[in-house]
Amino acid sequence: MTELTVQAIVDSIPKVTEFIDAQLEALDCAMRPQMQIDVAIDELFANIAHYAYGDETGEVTVRFDFDPSDRMASITFVDNGMPFDPLKKVDPDVTLSAEEREIGGLGIFLVKKTMDNMTYRYEDGRNVLTIYKHI
Amino acid sequence: MKITKNLNGNALNIALEGRLDTTTAPELENEIKNSLEGVAELTMDFSKLDYISSAGLRVLLSAHKIMANRGGMKVTHVNEIVNEVFDVTGFADILNIE
Repeated sequence: MTELTVQAIVDSIPKVTEFIDAQLEALDCAMRPQMQIDVAIDELFANIAHYAYGDETGEVTVRFDFDPSDRMASITFVDNGMPFDPLKKVDPDVTLSAEEREIGGLGIFLVKKTMDNMTYRYEDGRNVLTIYKHI
Repeated sequence: MKITKNLNGNALNIALEGRLDTTTAPELENEIKNSLEGVAELTMDFSKLDYISSAGLRVLLSAHKIMANRGGMKVTHVNEIVNEVFDVTGFADILNIE
């Protein structure tokens, strides 16, 4: 297990992506799952940066774990912000035309579709969000 | 992300290189906003784009809507990762992808 703690601002996203990419590259992860994970990081971290702490600032800890038995990588985001369960968000209607389209909710939906699993729990005043992906 | 613009008559080609995500989408949004005057055809060249997230989709949708009343916008040379994002989100049905 290895982790990185950064400020909960969108400018931290490149740092987080670099940190996770280094772990994935060391494990010989293929390009496709790595890019899918990078997109998931962008969606989830941006969500935390925009909403978790309101007008205040705070931190996010990003943890990387790997289970070699089934080559399952997991990335966990922990913040002390407002409780928010992204799994409860209603899926957007992806059949609407350009005029009717709203982008809200699309990011989380994309993560759900491209990752193997996603879990959320609120414990000890912290949001703990984990994505899983076979690499 | 690197943005390269090439204006040929009233046809604008914008080539992207790198990642179109939360941190880079505002750059593209600005470039598009400042470049569309008099443009009748917009081509987004994605041959060197690694991936796109929903922040990038938002910018594409707004450009698509602006260009819908003119000659339209097309997206070219989409890689497998970007294509998957378009498919999953239904953008494959909205955008003109070549």
